[in-house]
Amino acid sequence: MTSWLIKGVRPYGEEPVDLLLSGGVIAEVGSGVSAAGAQRLDADGLVALPGLVDLHTHLREPGREDAETVLTGTRAAALGGYTAVFAMANTDPVADTAGVVEQVWRLGREAGLADVFPVGAVTVGLVGQRLAELGAMADSAAGVRVFSDDGRCVADPALMRRALEYVKAFDGVIAQHAEEPRLTEGAQLNEGVWSARLGLAGWPAAAEEAIIARDALLAGHVGSRLHVCHVSTAGSVEILRWARSKGFRVTAEVTPHHLLLTDELAAGYDPVYKVNPPLRTEADTAALRAALAEGVIDCVATDHAPHALEDKETEWAVARPGMLGLETALSVVVQTMLQPGLLGWRGIADRMSAAPARIGSAGGHGHDLAVGQPATLVLVDPEARWTVDPGRSASRSRNTPFAGRELPARVIATFLRGVPTVLDGKAQR
Amino acid sequence: MKRHLLSAADLSRDDALAVLDTAEQMDRALAGREVKKLPTLRGRTVVNLFFEDSTRTRTSFEVAAKRLSADVINFSARGSSVSKGESLKDTALTLEALGADGVVVRHWASGAPHRLAGWVAGSVLNAGDGTHEHPTQALLDAFTIRRRLGRIDGLRVAVVGDVLHSRVARSNVLLLATLGAEVTVVAPPTLLPVGLHGWPVAVSYELDAVLPKVDVCMLLRVQAERMSSSYFPSAREYSRRYGLDTRRLGLLPEHAIVMHPGPMNRGMEISAEVADHPSRSTVVEQVANGVSVRMAVLYLLLAGRAEGGL
Repeated sequence: MTSWLIKGVRPYGEEPVDLLLSGGVIAEVGSGVSAAGAQRLDADGLVALPGLVDLHTHLREPGREDAETVLTGTRAAALGGYTAVFAMANTDPVADTAGVVEQVWRLGREAGLADVFPVGAVTVGLVGQRLAELGAMADSAAGVRVFSDDGRCVADPALMRRALEYVKAFDGVIAQHAEEPRLTEGAQLNEGVWSARLGLAGWPAAAEEAIIARDALLAGHVGSRLHVCHVSTAGSVEILRWARSKGFRVTAEVTPHHLLLTDELAAGYDPVYKVNPPLRTEADTAALRAALAEGVIDCVATDHAPHALEDKETEWAVARPGMLGLETALSVVVQTMLQPGLLGWRGIADRMSAAPARIGSAGGHGHDLAVGQPATLVLVDPEARWTVDPGRSASRSRNTPFAGRELPARVIATFLRGVPTVLDGKAQR
Repeated sequence: MKRHLLSAADLSRDDALAVLDTAEQMDRALAGREVKKLPTLRGRTVVNLFFEDSTRTRTSFEVAAKRLSADVINFSARGSSVSKGESLKDTALTLEALGADGVVVRHWASGAPHRLAGWVAGSVLNAGDGTHEHPTQALLDAFTIRRRLGRIDGLRVAVVGDVLHSRVARSNVLLLATLGAEVTVVAPPTLLPVGLHGWPVAVSYELDAVLPKVDVCMLLRVQAERMSSSYFPSAREYSRRYGLDTRRLGLLPEHAIVMHPGPMNRGMEISAEVADHPSRSTVVEQVANGVSVRMAVLYLLLAGRAEGGL
């Protein structure tokens, strides 16, 4: 196994040091480090962060390999600085059995571009009727710890309570897609000024907030862990803050697109801006940024949702919801959080690596850049600016809402346990 | 005017007045003729692309295009490849290959005409999209108001009924504001959009209080199936609170007119007596004016590509 000597890199944007990666771990940190036989990487001006961890990725395999595969999705992940992704369960067949989660986990190992942690479905077939075999998925080779019906809400409060309770046995967490289904029938866009103007059925903030409040109470009652997916409203932030003040074990994520984009983008009816939960208002993006800075929202998760062209080249109401996110996430967080001074590089490392790794129990990820820790890290050029070109995405799909936007910061290299998955901005597999 | 007519917001005050004036000219030009046809759009192809049943709007556009001597192709979702699941984009590419100069589109999805406009070279004319807009309806309503009352600027207009789901309401609110009218929307709160603030309108939940103060009372169709979603308790209760009957007609000023885009639910939002009122109801006139206004819009959008003028 090749050793790597990374010269003059700035961990967390701090003082330049040399990093020696050897035997899959960080073997040395210091100045003037030399190592015979090690590959040398001149990293002047680059920032080193622990490898990013995405709690919320749709890899589409099995079932929609035309939109994404484990291989193409993890390649996009590596290019975005990710070394671990949690693959959502809404595949076809649904990841609701040990067999399916082991298949996805194995595909991830074979691809070798990022560790794939399969998420198990909470209910059989995601239909919200009865619990899937959560214990079997937990005990499988995939070692599932995060369970979610994402794309759909576990709406039945009794079923949600049981799920929360049940996964305590193996320190699991239920990741809830918070959407009261009766309040969002046919919903297309945030219910507000733009839905009224565009004649699109409204998706009220209260439909998200009501479920978060309910589930926080349930989690508190039974002493379980709840994770809230893709928080999108200012009101949700208030409820999360209250839940924390009560000592409930509630964590939450926000997507890059909800940090940056707003509902007025729907004005031209281009479904590349259709996503669930929908883009909200500027007051919401401001509240979400503040909450991420404060830690009321624990982490950033992409909700990377590739869709085939024909599923987006349609009428708005017919289009599938979802956006690409893996390759642009870090840049969007730099723009929305670092540049305005809401988070430093250490803060970004926490929100995009340590916190999601902790929530998802992703062993071997989210560690400090310190001697003896896994050599799982990313090198970022903080001064770079680049324009998003969907045609150059490693994803099999093209549905990025950031197309044509100039974004700051670029991933130069990604290492997974000492092995480069990305070098010079190019995927190595 | 812009190349497409997708929203009433696409029309400046001058654009809108040009449509109304052109519609008057169309009427006059046809008035003396034995053969009700102008040669203006000869050799041009207008496609009526209807993804939703609407005999009245489709017929109105068809008559308008034919009176301008355009070739008209009716392309309806039923009985064509559309019902077999052809995508809107493929339909657009087909129309493009057929050489459509203008596409008149009615679609059940809000924004479908916007999508179409990105895929065809011809002009796209929104003939009603989902719960979004129906700009030619607003133009024919404005035309009717101006004919009846002599002006639009400064008039007070009540728009009554299911504003939430009404494309007629959205287009009328935008166009009437452009033309200087003061609009009040009147409905039970359940049938008003939550994001209504920012619209150039006043809002009232009480029809009786509004009626004495308006020059125009425009009623919207209220679909009875809204009841099943609890937008209101019953057709009777809706009618009692928001229906225009003879008693309420008496609350309107003498000169005020009653409008309805059709099709009407007699006994629901409008009583039969009011609907058929010989001097106050403009329902039939609106239909007749629709042809003139649609001729004007087709002319203004397509004549640039055609030889010859009016």
